[in-house]
Amino acid sequence: MDLDIVLQLADSSVRLATPLLLACLAGLYSERSGVFDIGLEGKMLIAAFFAAATAAVTGSAWVGLAAGLAASLVFSMLHAVASITFRGNQLISGVAINFLAVGMTALLGHTWFRQGGQTPQLVGDARFHAIELPGAARLADVPVIGPVYAEVISGHSILVYIAFLAVPLTWWVLYRTRFGLRLRAVGENPAAVDTAGISVPLLRYQALVITGILCGIAGAYLSTSMNAGFVREMTAGKGFIALAALIFAKWRPWPALFATLLFGLLEAIGIRFQNVELGGIGTIPVQFMQALPYILTVVILAGFVGKAIPPRAGGEPYVKEE
Amino acid sequence: MRRIPVWADVVLIPLINLLLAVFVSGLVVLYIGESPVKAMRVLLQGSIGSAYAWGYTLYYATNFIFTGLAVAVAFHARLFNIGGEGQAGLGGLGVALVMMAWDWPHWALALPAGIIASALFGAAWAAIPAWLQAKRGSHIVITTIMFNFIASALLVYLLVNHLKLPGSMSPETPPFPPGAHLPTAHEILAWVGVKFPKSPPVNIALLLALLAAFAVWVLIWRSRLGYEIRAFGHSEEAARYGGIAPVRIIMLTMLISGALAGMMAVNAVQGEAERLVLDSVQGAGFVGIAVALMGRSHPVGVILAAILFGMLYQGGVELEFEMPAISREMIVVIQALVILFTGALDNMVRLPVSRLFHRRGRGGGRAGAGGNG
Amino acid sequence: MSAEVTRAPGIESGEARAAPPPALRLVGISKSFGPVQANRDIHLEVEKGTIHGIVGENGAGKSTLMSIIYGYYQADAGEIEVHGRKVEIRSPQDAIAAGIGMVFQHFKLVENFTVLENIVLGVEGGALLGPALRRARRMLVELARDYELAVDPDAVIETLSVGLQQRVEILKALYRHADILILDEPTGVLTPAEADHLFRILRSLRDEGKTIILITHKLREIMEVTDRVSVMRQGEIVATRETAATSPEELAELMVGRKVLLRVEKPPARPGDRVLEVRDLCLRDEKGVERLKNISFDLREGEILAIAGVAGNGQSELLEVLSGIRAARGEVRLGSEPLDVARPDARLAREMGLAHIPEDRQRRGLVMEFHGWENTPFGYHHEPRFDRGWGLMDQKEMKRDAAGKFERFDIRPANPDLEARSFSGGNQQKIVVAREIEHNPDVLIVGQPTRGVDIGAIEFIHRQLIELRDAGCAILLVSVELDEVLSLGDRILVMFDGRIMGERRPEETDERELGLLMAGVDPGAPEAGTATGAEGREG
Repeated sequence: MDLDIVLQLADSSVRLATPLLLACLAGLYSERSGVFDIGLEGKMLIAAFFAAATAAVTGSAWVGLAAGLAASLVFSMLHAVASITFRGNQLISGVAINFLAVGMTALLGHTWFRQGGQTPQLVGDARFHAIELPGAARLADVPVIGPVYAEVISGHSILVYIAFLAVPLTWWVLYRTRFGLRLRAVGENPAAVDTAGISVPLLRYQALVITGILCGIAGAYLSTSMNAGFVREMTAGKGFIALAALIFAKWRPWPALFATLLFGLLEAIGIRFQNVELGGIGTIPVQFMQALPYILTVVILAGFVGKAIPPRAGGEPYVKEE
Repeated sequence: MRRIPVWADVVLIPLINLLLAVFVSGLVVLYIGESPVKAMRVLLQGSIGSAYAWGYTLYYATNFIFTGLAVAVAFHARLFNIGGEGQAGLGGLGVALVMMAWDWPHWALALPAGIIASALFGAAWAAIPAWLQAKRGSHIVITTIMFNFIASALLVYLLVNHLKLPGSMSPETPPFPPGAHLPTAHEILAWVGVKFPKSPPVNIALLLALLAAFAVWVLIWRSRLGYEIRAFGHSEEAARYGGIAPVRIIMLTMLISGALAGMMAVNAVQGEAERLVLDSVQGAGFVGIAVALMGRSHPVGVILAAILFGMLYQGGVELEFEMPAISREMIVVIQALVILFTGALDNMVRLPVSRLFHRRGRGGGRAGAGGNG
Repeated sequence: MSAEVTRAPGIESGEARAAPPPALRLVGISKSFGPVQANRDIHLEVEKGTIHGIVGENGAGKSTLMSIIYGYYQADAGEIEVHGRKVEIRSPQDAIAAGIGMVFQHFKLVENFTVLENIVLGVEGGALLGPALRRARRMLVELARDYELAVDPDAVIETLSVGLQQRVEILKALYRHADILILDEPTGVLTPAEADHLFRILRSLRDEGKTIILITHKLREIMEVTDRVSVMRQGEIVATRETAATSPEELAELMVGRKVLLRVEKPPARPGDRVLEVRDLCLRDEKGVERLKNISFDLREGEILAIAGVAGNGQSELLEVLSGIRAARGEVRLGSEPLDVARPDARLAREMGLAHIPEDRQRRGLVMEFHGWENTPFGYHHEPRFDRGWGLMDQKEMKRDAAGKFERFDIRPANPDLEARSFSGGNQQKIVVAREIEHNPDVLIVGQPTRGVDIGAIEFIHRQLIELRDAGCAILLVSVELDEVLSLGDRILVMFDGRIMGERRPEETDERELGLLMAGVDPGAPEAGTATGAEGREG
């Protein structure tokens, strides 16, 4: 493999990892607060739809992003009401949100655009475009570093940079701020937080607001940056893969970056090398390459890559005892 | 203890939840610019307004009974099997392989063969997530979802590369031999001299579904295994103490669950399509979740909820035809709302209802105490 | 009592009373959970600078009352005054602001946080953590100096002993400037020496002018450390006494509402053949911590072997291994047959004649959602008499069996159709006891048989155990209650840190000696001081 292919792979890994990373960090806030969220998928999907639909109508990707955020937030608050206020089953709530997103996007897409559930092709300012980082063109000729900077690091949309900046930011919030301390505490022992005079529901609601925002960005990225419009069920399990990455990362921000990059790379390989010829054995079918991220997810969940201990209070609604 | 009467728990609360889901769905229809009342009329007319309509409604209901039972059985062991879609897909593969393997002389032979094949394939597809949960503690919700994706990729691969007729464009198997054909309601009712429309696909698999529901009832509430499954579902700690091996319960429960989901293929693949097509399950695996939640994981509830969703699916087809502004995905929305209200937001209705009963109960208690004193 | 309080500022007193208002005054507090009235019209005054004990049986409403004072629960009616001022306490936040601190029975600590992080949680004083942690570190040094409250600020909670964890809880309250400190059953998890150390801390806090409320069901502690004591029974305060002017007997009678025997009558044991032989049992848990270290002992028919120890020293693991719930290494023989502890099998253990009354009836011994009649055969549900063939269970037989057990063990309400969770703690325990005892086991292993059980049921269960022993059953009893160990045991083993510290006969030992053994100190050995045990330094 020559450098070009490696660079291309790295470049598309970054692109493909971005929605996973955003969703993974979204899940991190939610699960660190003690709320399981298998509805990441649905939040991304609804955000992707509203972002693309709004961008298509207004012609502005930024207005689209705002609409995507709002939609994702609404769904996130639905999950919060069900699992925090009404102490419902968090898994079931997540499943409901995923279906609601699938149904609503297709239904509204059909009603608004009559294009079989798709939004119109986004052109011009309705899409987030690549940003050339300063000096990319000038450095391009410098061996190795130049192409890496120009191809892999430079030339992504603003949302990609937001996603990658969210990693150190999340680390800082988690380990250096009051909110982070309380967030980590409430997922481990909500009773400790409650008896320390802090409202458990409020804290969890705050966490789910952040989850909603991050899923919103992820969805908007899918439909207005990575692609030029919304396609039905375009999240294709990314929300679940992000959850697997979160487990792989043991609920920590920096490892989350590497886990999602790994999945991004895998997907990039799957796209780049379809119908791979293996000397003597035959071709690896394209379907296998497409299923690879899902298979890897199962392998990671099977714990063949180390045991992960989730936040102790995860998944259980908080009820006072004694 | 907040106790509420059984009828409130199994009838009143699910009914209120359902009405809430219907109400919100009505709002959605209103937003689209159509009349919810008219939509409801079309839906009911299209689903139960004629023998023809019933024939389709019950066909869909048969699918949902199988997938609903699959989810319900797993729920009793507190396992959330979201893999019904993939398990039913694999069940279809099993049916297709067996039906194409031999020129079946008569349905009386082909039916048991189809049942066994679909159940085995469905169970096998559930076995891996079950084993990973039992032995490695992998979250079964995520692994079963992943297995849905993997099943879909696998079926595409097999249909495109191996199972379709050479030269054919469409990724589907050739039709099964005539001897594999299952008696439809039209044919069965003709034996006893009752006329029933010819085209609806409802077939003998409906009886199989009802039989399966009865078998699940016996399993859960009368058998020793069911006793152990329920004990495990309520408290894993207690189960261990009681000499109930968690690995065994998880495996057996998921195998049964996967087999039930797989058996849906007897109805959809062997009974209706009579060939294996791409996406033979069409979301029925997911509907099973809503059906099990609404049916409170009880076979009778599952049957009723499955008929309700059968109405929704059949009525939805008519709805799309009559009112093109409303697309078929309306059904998915309603399904999601049912899961949301009956599953996740259950307490929203339950708490006020139980408070109501509690207030009445306390009033009664006071009167009783006065009588004693 | 509070004669030394002379500096009451700004209070113009009448000639009768120059005393300041009480630190805490409760007026007519009531609280019910559904149909259960946990607190009924409570009136209570706690003088400033005193240690005030609250005693009562399980379920008397002590913990509920304290949770109301701390704002963890809301009272249905009543008022709270702190230092003469009426306060509204709607949340722990309000309680903290009013200068009230609480050490719960089950610690409210974040286990994977450091001591410092736990202490600043909720009182960070700014959006950033850095300054808060620095401030807390300085304060910890001062508190440690003033009150014997030394603890490593950077230690992670789960690596600390329970005694030290409790210290962190006290530090948390003091860091929040608590003036009134409530401790709920603080000695349940402590060795006697650790408890003594705690009492020293409490006394020095009192001498600094702090007010302490101590909730306990142990009368000995009340007599030892409190200035005054209030007795609760069935949600009400039935009496308040000067500690110096009362006796354990009087308090016990007030608690129960009738005369009670504080000791169990039992004939001497007549031990027979050896039925349980345990050799070199070792267990390492998932985290790699050794929980059992070469445990060896014998158990004979017709005797009760009691295992004493502070909770968390390997007793639970021992019970789990012997009953076939958890795997370990070592050799165990039951009767003449070996029991494979490497491959635990609870069903097989039962079939070999071993019954088990577990420590935690709600999580283990019963399926709370099951009917009474489904719980009575639990664990024995494979027996042929419950079998109807075809893998089905004989529900008629199950119900008949349950009805008999309910009658013989006087389980109330006598309705096996109720779910297990609708019975009181004592009656739940009776269901478990009935099930395990009626199978006439060769060996019965029992964990904390009377935890959370009212005195009437305690007496009943103790009698049942003794009868079973006299019928020839071998009983292994694990209890953290020294009274229970001393009164029921024919022989006593003491466990500490996964080891057996020694064996004693009840008539030849006392609580002091057992207490030292429980702290890992062998008083028989030369140069053994209490200091090492009291400090309990670990990690």
